[in-house]
Amino acid sequence: MLNRILSHDLPRSRWLAAALLLILIGLAIAPFAFPGSKALGVAAKMLVFILLVASYDLLLGYTGIVSFAHTMFFGIGAYGVAIASSRLGPGWLAVALGTGLALLLSLGLSLLIGLFSLRVKAIFYAMITLAVATAFQTLASQLSDFTGGEDGLSFKAPALLSPASRLLDAPLFGLAIIGKIDGKIVCYYGLLLAVLALFLLLLRIVNSPFGRVLQAIRENDFRAEAIGFRTVVFRTLSNVLAALFACLAGALLALWLRYTGPDTTLSFEIMLDILLIVVIGGMGTMYGAVLGSVLFVLAQNYLQDLLKLGAAALDGVPVLSQFISPDRWLLWLGLLFVLSVYHFPTGVVGRLRARALRFVG
Amino acid sequence: MSIASPTLVAPAGPAAIPKAQFDWRPLALLLALMALALPAIGSPSSWLTLTVAGLAMGLIIFVIASGLTLVFGLMDVLNFGHGVFIALGAFVATTVIGGLEGWAGNSATAQGASVGAACLAAMVVAGGVGWAFERVIVRPVYGLHLKQILITMGGMIVGEEVIKVLWGPQQIALPLPAVLRGSWLIEGIGSGASIEKYRVLAAGIGLLVFAALAWTLNRTKLGLLIRAGVQDREMVESLGYRIRRLFVGVFVTGSALAGLGGVLWGLYQQNVTPQIGAQVNVLIFIVIIIGGLGSTLGCFVGALLVGLMANYTGFLAPKVALFSNIGLMVAVLLWRPQGLYPVTNR
Repeated sequence: MLNRILSHDLPRSRWLAAALLLILIGLAIAPFAFPGSKALGVAAKMLVFILLVASYDLLLGYTGIVSFAHTMFFGIGAYGVAIASSRLGPGWLAVALGTGLALLLSLGLSLLIGLFSLRVKAIFYAMITLAVATAFQTLASQLSDFTGGEDGLSFKAPALLSPASRLLDAPLFGLAIIGKIDGKIVCYYGLLLAVLALFLLLLRIVNSPFGRVLQAIRENDFRAEAIGFRTVVFRTLSNVLAALFACLAGALLALWLRYTGPDTTLSFEIMLDILLIVVIGGMGTMYGAVLGSVLFVLAQNYLQDLLKLGAAALDGVPVLSQFISPDRWLLWLGLLFVLSVYHFPTGVVGRLRARALRFVG
Repeated sequence: MSIASPTLVAPAGPAAIPKAQFDWRPLALLLALMALALPAIGSPSSWLTLTVAGLAMGLIIFVIASGLTLVFGLMDVLNFGHGVFIALGAFVATTVIGGLEGWAGNSATAQGASVGAACLAAMVVAGGVGWAFERVIVRPVYGLHLKQILITMGGMIVGEEVIKVLWGPQQIALPLPAVLRGSWLIEGIGSGASIEKYRVLAAGIGLLVFAALAWTLNRTKLGLLIRAGVQDREMVESLGYRIRRLFVGVFVTGSALAGLGGVLWGLYQQNVTPQIGAQVNVLIFIVIIIGGLGSTLGCFVGALLVGLMANYTGFLAPKVALFSNIGLMVAVLLWRPQGLYPVTNR
């Protein structure tokens, strides 16, 4: 049963399985176990990043394509919901319409970019997507009547998800906790279910025959072509699928934040974050996205506090204290990134699996 | 219909080596763009101002991008971390020019010398860091495109953070020394065209770099080896030349040029931010894609096209100007999918 849910792609490492289980339980009880709006925000961000990074892993880890336009599709999804909700008024219809139109736009754009540039080398594609994503970011900030420009758009989510709504007013079955469920928590669980379902779907995709072809292309595209697979078609399909999932992740983020702006969705920093997570977590292993996102978002929110302690200890030393100042946490992550590309290209997950294999063998 | 008409076969003479023909059409495109802009802009004086500004901007971009295209052409390495050297050069310039400010005072020669010293220092620092970058970051991943992209991107992240550590994360002003400020007025054309002094200087430096590169590549043995290496690396190696050493030299030169370009760009913008590298990266990628990856002449023409286009559209339709680069790239790729001057063996 579990085997079928996970598409026969089990963690294959006791430690990995334990970590995943811990993450799942942690995320499932987060609203009650970790009180406070910051903790809930962190948990929600983890969920969105899991989906976003997993969809990028489909592209980078399974197909071997480097794209810098992934945040563009993320942004399209977020802006789709935001624009529809602020124009049509809050409601499920607006959300559905916005998501649908965003998906269509992502489909068209990714198809266009893919057919235009996936025929040639990986490097060329990376450069083209970088240029396109930059142009799109400029476009979004220029069309300020439509997108709110640099300020972004704040909008109202459907009534059920707004923080003021209460699912049940009175405690039920004598459990006080049920009375505390507000719109924010409903929204969180909706997010959790959506991400879980979409993640399992992604797992299904990469473990299907289609996913095997993608991996064959990653390993040796010439040979894959020789066996009889049209690599351009498969690459383009992978590109389109990744774009659609990123778009959905964007829509979910917008619903959670009830705000969409260039800094939360389109900025190049987020693209770099995605890249860091995929590589550190483990390319070509969907679970790497889960582990990587959780570790990364934790580091982003709490490592800075840790560095603050270190910086305080080295307060007197002039340059060194700058190096471990909390604002420079990306420096250490960048170093970790470079080291992991060299020394363990399969990331944390790959390491854990290799360990498990060694013990069995 | 189906009867084949006898074709005249030319008498086979001594097999003449086909002469390499110079492809002048991209250059004609450049001139055509300038000519087309004149009626669109209307006044000849504004046209002259914009053209000089565009050429100056293009030449600065060329200085920055030339290293990248050479490195790619010779060793098939695309350095996504190239932007770091640009930022580094610009930041070194802020330190040098700021440090020499008191010494330079009001003397025009001393101010000129401080800019010269900044350029020199930026080239030395960027070249040195480039040497280390090649050694530590790039060398282990030759031939692996995917890893190259990731690793040089990682180098970019780390480099940008180190710059933030050393110079602080905020924007630093890089004012032009008084001697380079202001502009010349050229009377006689329309209502008088104004040409900024600094742009003429930048254009001069850019032309100098282009001339030096063209001379080295086409007239010296070193250049011959580099061009041969771009064409067929293994053959050059089998003739006994250490292409690796050649490549390190090219990488260091390219980084030094990026440092120089960073100084010029910083003075052009009059301020420097740590993100400057990532911003310029996009621009230079567009330029080398337009030029045909790996070609120096293509990079030159591409940079000039981008510079001119940015200035013309900035004057005619400022909103459109933000997308002029990408529009230009798409148009050029539709015309020549491999870029203006494609490198033959790729």
